[in-house]
Amino acid sequence: MSIDTKFVHKMWNDQELSKMVEGGIPFPMLSDAGGKVGTLYGIYDEDAGVETRGRFIIDPDGIVQAYEVLTPPVGRNVSEALRQIQGYQMVRESKGTEAAPSGWRPGKMTLKPGVDLVGKVWTVWKTEMAFD
Amino acid sequence: MPEELSAGCARPAGGPVGENIDASMEKNKDVRKEEMKMIQVGKKAPDFTAPGYHEGKFVNVKLSDYLGKWVILCFYPGDFTFV
Repeated sequence: MSIDTKFVHKMWNDQELSKMVEGGIPFPMLSDAGGKVGTLYGIYDEDAGVETRGRFIIDPDGIVQAYEVLTPPVGRNVSEALRQIQGYQMVRESKGTEAAPSGWRPGKMTLKPGVDLVGKVWTVWKTEMAFD
Repeated sequence: MPEELSAGCARPAGGPVGENIDASMEKNKDVRKEEMKMIQVGKKAPDFTAPGYHEGKFVNVKLSDYLGKWVILCFYPGDFTFV
């Protein structure tokens, strides 16, 4: 979503993005002319007249589970966004009985929060597991 | 004479020139800024509708139509920028 019109979105997709992604952008490119939605989400820069790089993960119940906001000149890490969704999906499937420790990826060890784990995380989780 | 602008990611916006800014307008601006705040994780995502472009068609999208699915909502400064 950006402040551009749907017409500009079409031109950008057809002229440039479809040359990067075969078949073009597979998801809706939304227009927020005037920045009302961006203001609602707290990421509209009124002085510059544009939206900053805000990214929100919204779960199937419509709850915001995570967000990240960057100023314009640095791009996002898409793998990290996917990792976070995978983490929230894993937690949801476990009905909250499991949690994703720092550095978690699908297939890596999860934590099962409970009385027995208090003060014992160090026995199952090592610092190097925080990194790729 | 028009001044040449560099082609960066920011989109400079125009505005009034001169110092005759009405005092009440300035006050309103402050009020607006105070109202603007970040939404909270763990809370409902504010619903909205927005026009857009999707696979060759112009569409209107409503966030709440995606209940039951995982959604990534991404904002960015503008089409045809570089990042």
